[in-house]
Amino acid sequence: MRALIPTKHPLAAKAGVVLIALALAVLPFALTGIGTAWVRITNLAILYVLLSLGLNIVVGFAGLLDLGYIAFYAVGAYTYALLASPHFGLHLPFWVIIPIGSLVACMFGVLLGTPTLKLRGDYLAIVTLGFGEIIRIFLNNLSQPVNITNGAQGIAGIDPFRFGSFDFATTSAIDGVTITGPIKYYYLLLAVLLVVIVVNLRLQNSRIGRAWEAIREDEIAARAMGINTRNMKLLAFAMGASFGGIAGGMFSAIQQFISPESFVLVESINIVAMVVLGGMGNIWGVILGALLLSFVPEVLRYTVGPTQQALFGRMLIDPEVIRMLLFGVTLVAMMLFRPAGLLPSALRKRELETARNGTAAP
Amino acid sequence: MDESTLLVADGITKRFGGVQALSEVAFTIRKGEIYGLIGPNGAGKTSLFNVLTGIYPADEGSFTFEGRALDGLKPHEVAARGIARTFQNIRLFANLSALENVMVGRHVRTHATVLGAIFRNAGTKAEERAIEKRAYALLEYVGVHRRANDLARHLAYGDQRRLEIARALATDPRLLALDEPAAGMNATETAALRELLESIRRDGTTILLIEHDMRLVMSVCDRVLVLDYGKKIAEGVAADVQKDEKVIAAYLGGEVRLDVARA
Repeated sequence: MRALIPTKHPLAAKAGVVLIALALAVLPFALTGIGTAWVRITNLAILYVLLSLGLNIVVGFAGLLDLGYIAFYAVGAYTYALLASPHFGLHLPFWVIIPIGSLVACMFGVLLGTPTLKLRGDYLAIVTLGFGEIIRIFLNNLSQPVNITNGAQGIAGIDPFRFGSFDFATTSAIDGVTITGPIKYYYLLLAVLLVVIVVNLRLQNSRIGRAWEAIREDEIAARAMGINTRNMKLLAFAMGASFGGIAGGMFSAIQQFISPESFVLVESINIVAMVVLGGMGNIWGVILGALLLSFVPEVLRYTVGPTQQALFGRMLIDPEVIRMLLFGVTLVAMMLFRPAGLLPSALRKRELETARNGTAAP
Repeated sequence: MDESTLLVADGITKRFGGVQALSEVAFTIRKGEIYGLIGPNGAGKTSLFNVLTGIYPADEGSFTFEGRALDGLKPHEVAARGIARTFQNIRLFANLSALENVMVGRHVRTHATVLGAIFRNAGTKAEERAIEKRAYALLEYVGVHRRANDLARHLAYGDQRRLEIARALATDPRLLALDEPAAGMNATETAALRELLESIRRDGTTILLIEHDMRLVMSVCDRVLVLDYGKKIAEGVAADVQKDEKVIAAYLGGEVRLDVARA
């Protein structure tokens, strides 16, 4: 089987993987040293990585620009919230709801995909953008005549993940080591992320992934080569949406409170920016893009204010303004200097060992 | 219809607004032949390809392939039936490697599903190996295997044309429809292409060839169909067609003799 990271030095690669794994394992404890908030920030960053990887299937692999992706996150989040909160008095376990949420999001993906099959580029972007807004407005207004979503007030008191007596929201001590709720979620998110990365890599290097990339490159040629572009596009929407649904369910459980405000258009655009900044179609690039756009604003939040205080003795510019300014400048610079992203989609070289011994075609 | 018939076109008509792109074109392609389709620019050759491969529906008439009608089939269904094509303006998957381009061509003959791809079970792995092996063999067959790991868009023009043929062959076609494969090739490349066409035919694939290079058409085609303004003006053995008054007139306005000496 092909390794996750192809390399000429398998030993060095293995050592690298072990080092990264160790670093990721001790990371939350190191972060707790700086401040507990940083573990939460890291958890949110991982959620964004999950979302970006889901959107990458639609945008990066199949080449379908989706500006309403946050809708699937919302669907997953609300599915979890409705099935595990005092709102309806339902308290199903998370390992039941997360697959349901993923499935419901998947259905919404097909729902969005079906009418947009013939659209491309700008037109598709506009329709998907509208779809995202429709979902949010529905969530905002489905409080009457029957109260389903509790409207703009959102849903509170959502159950955290529980596994038997193991509660992800509370602090517990194992062998004298204090493990807070966010740290527990961190490890869970990391595990989910690992699975999602493997699934993405495998999909990309498969018959399905190649069909998506063929559609991205030239839809007419893809059809003429026997690819059922309708089914493949729907599949891309469905797969992307179901990853969004999983991330949404976890978001719901971690926050224990959700409202339509978390699923606004800017969030969709943010995720598209992560995918584009990192490098559409390149899984590692997308991860990098999502981490950068999640962490850098937070770092700025904590450094811009104090820096100004130190330099000028007072706050001259609001940190939020500087954040948006840097964000804008970064995106413009990216488009100018690295239009394909920080880590552009790389050519996949194949070993061709089997092929070399092959016989000539008839 | 006898055993040797592969494709029958019957009264194919196609209009684009007021333009009559094809009017009642009828012809028969036999198994194992190289069938030429020629005509001046705008004669309707590519339109005929697009109707045949399901990109446009015909307004009237129908194609019968291996005894079954192709009416109303979508392009991917036509490919599944066994007709593969190339494009006049090369349409490769530019940002995939040459090998991956050909591997995409195997899509229609393979079966791995999403679950198979995710769990990578033994069947999927074996299929993936077979796809790669077959794709590489096809690259060798058309002579582009040294560039297997290069992006399709980095290939030389002639290699891109050959890669398109390899990609089409990967769908295991019984009929290979080539739209001006020699366009932009120099004399050496064209000669090599001719050999490739001959060996494809020898290996059992029938070829429908649109081509402007008359030397190539006259030397490889068993029979030729001439279109002008969407109508069939001549059909027959290459040697006869090149002497046809109407054909000469269509190409050259009847003033100059067509130089189509056998290469």
